[in-house]
Amino acid sequence: MKQQIIVSGLGGQGALTLTRLLAEAAAAAGLPVITSETHGMAQRGGTVISMIKVGPFRGPLIPAGEADRGLFLHLKNLAVHRFYLREDAAVFINTALSGDYLSVDARSLAAAHGLPPVAANLILLGFAAGKGGLFAGPDLLAEMIAAKTPERFREASLKAFQAGLAAAA
Amino acid sequence: MTKTQQRILMGNEALGRGIVEAGVTMAASYPGTPASEILAAVVTFAKETGADLYAEWSVNEKVAFEVALANSMCGRRSAVSMKQVGLNVASDPFMRAAYLGVKGGLVVIAADDPGPHSSQTEQDSRFFAMFAKVPVLDPSSPREAKDMVAQALELSERYGLPVMVRPTTRVCHARQNVPCGPLLRLNRPARFDKDPRRWCATPVFVLSLHRELNDKIDKIAGAPEFAPQLTAGDGSYPGACVIASGVAFAHTGDWLEELGLLGRVDFFQVTMPYPLNRDFIHQVKIRYQQVLVIEETYPVIELQLADARVQGRTSGLVPREGELTPDVIRPVLESFLKLPARVVPVPAGGGDRPTLCAGCGHRAAFYAIKTAFPGGIFPSDIGCYTLGLNLGAVDTCHCMGAGISQAAGFYRAYAAGGGEFPTIVATIGDSTFFHAGVPALFNAVFHQARFILVILDNATTAMTGHQPTPQAGCTATGEAGHPVFIPDLVRASGAGFIKEADPYDLPAFMDLLRSADAYCRSPAGGVAVVIAKHPCLLDREARQGQPVYSMAVTEACTGCRHCLDDFECPALSLDETDGRVVIDGGRCVGCGVCVHVCPEGAITAAKEGRP
Repeated sequence: MKQQIIVSGLGGQGALTLTRLLAEAAAAAGLPVITSETHGMAQRGGTVISMIKVGPFRGPLIPAGEADRGLFLHLKNLAVHRFYLREDAAVFINTALSGDYLSVDARSLAAAHGLPPVAANLILLGFAAGKGGLFAGPDLLAEMIAAKTPERFREASLKAFQAGLAAAA
Repeated sequence: MTKTQQRILMGNEALGRGIVEAGVTMAASYPGTPASEILAAVVTFAKETGADLYAEWSVNEKVAFEVALANSMCGRRSAVSMKQVGLNVASDPFMRAAYLGVKGGLVVIAADDPGPHSSQTEQDSRFFAMFAKVPVLDPSSPREAKDMVAQALELSERYGLPVMVRPTTRVCHARQNVPCGPLLRLNRPARFDKDPRRWCATPVFVLSLHRELNDKIDKIAGAPEFAPQLTAGDGSYPGACVIASGVAFAHTGDWLEELGLLGRVDFFQVTMPYPLNRDFIHQVKIRYQQVLVIEETYPVIELQLADARVQGRTSGLVPREGELTPDVIRPVLESFLKLPARVVPVPAGGGDRPTLCAGCGHRAAFYAIKTAFPGGIFPSDIGCYTLGLNLGAVDTCHCMGAGISQAAGFYRAYAAGGGEFPTIVATIGDSTFFHAGVPALFNAVFHQARFILVILDNATTAMTGHQPTPQAGCTATGEAGHPVFIPDLVRASGAGFIKEADPYDLPAFMDLLRSADAYCRSPAGGVAVVIAKHPCLLDREARQGQPVYSMAVTEACTGCRHCLDDFECPALSLDETDGRVVIDGGRCVGCGVCVHVCPEGAITAAKEGRP
């Protein structure tokens, strides 16, 4: 099993949370995993990217044109980070606009479910999992969210993930 | 926990775990990307395992080094961690510690930032280790980084030398499953053996200490345990080898595997780049005609091989600057191994630049500074507030504390002609002020420089993840410290103008700046200090503690872009359809400051719930 995933967003959108959850899910499934994250100044609203490499890799970075999956928390990042994706990559984007990708209007869904805008990250994850696009299935990811989220955010996080799953159906 | 357990850890957490497992009793640090998370992990794992360990956020890296060094002089294992430029600050004790040696193991973690992503240089700490004659280990992954902490401490104790571990950003901020094991409990009570010829060595003793240091390094260079590891080839590439270290080794290995060349070409991992194993240097010289070295960021291995056959950073086959990402390494391998070039998609570039958060008090202060003094010179410093350059209110950013000294220097340069001098406003954050601003302020006051110093006090070290400052009165382990107050320090400098204010009240803050300028220019004037106090809004409690206004843009908006270009709040944007500014309710925190910014008075604020 080898899967290389990029998570692209703006600082503060919760790309790191998704990265962590995917890494934990890989480990729980008994798969080797290595990730790379953006920290420091770029986290202040700048363009950020995380990479998750599931399988027997040594280095944490994905070369251009090698990512199998792309999770985009903002549509405008597609132009910036598209070069990481393989031509046949599955791409999931938080946007109301349709295009040559799978889209979910996660921000509107968050509002409709009474969730804060930042919950869009887990809606997008649920959506991608619901489309069957990830190395880990919805049950394992939900289990990771329940196990790794601080208690005061747990219920809202699971609700967001389920909303994303439902949107994929 | 008694047996080994796999956990997903960030490289910095793995280093922290390694410190706790290896029986370290003192860890000191000053935060800086990419090293910031190490000490927090030390604290977390020490609590979790019940390790008897003292941890502190020191005021700067030099202090951190010296505090940890003394613990080592008492025979106890110690760790100090910092970013690469932090080692510049700690270089004084670091260099001498190599000569005088240590007793309890001392590991110096200096995290490099090839790229750089979040630093003022992409200098190579391994070079610094070579300069100091200190052994350095170069991990290629979080897992290796953790193991190397224990190896460094053992080496340190065996030879009585500090030992460096040098991770890079891609190790520090990588995440991987890492085996976590039981703790080594050494139970060594503090015991300082007086030895003035060593611990306060005067020049007459330094020569022999230098000789001892050279002998130690010679022995380590001859020891087999840190010799480069070979993945032998099958003879397909006779006389050629690839030598790599750090995360560049990992990326090179991934490529060789994908190309089916792992096990076909001789491939070495250098785990200890300095001192480079003597036998290895000899073997490379007699066995290979073509040698490729892939390392970040300076040619440390290459220079020790000192052979014209070596290709790398020096020969120019590897770019001489910048991070060695897989996309940089691939064409180097293609050229060296004579492979066809891979066609790769080209980055389009673009992306959003970082900016101060919505509601950030720094934005208000910067707007006030540049509005009050349109012709001013604005030296600044290192932190979130460096982003004030987006607002045109930061003209210099050099190194920790430099903004204050530069302000004094700018004043002297302009005053030298005897004519008018521009208003000079230096800005510095609270944590940076403690780190290196205090001596600079004392120097400036004593030498009667005339400038305004604005200390941007947001009550935390925001950029690196909210480590407490000495003023916060809370230590790294969450206990109460004895707080040190910035106004007391400023008063002690003797500065004749000291005021505190909240920059959110823009008109009052601008008035205050103008009176500070008047003081600077008065006959008996000097340095005027304004402490701009507003807590960082990433602190949940701070945000809950301030009034929230319901903001709106009226039809009076002309779309002049002043609030977008000169205030740059991320909650404001231009609606292209009607040419007016709109407020993003999801990002606006209702601070109300932009009301004072709009020249048309088109932004309104109402108390929340009463629009």
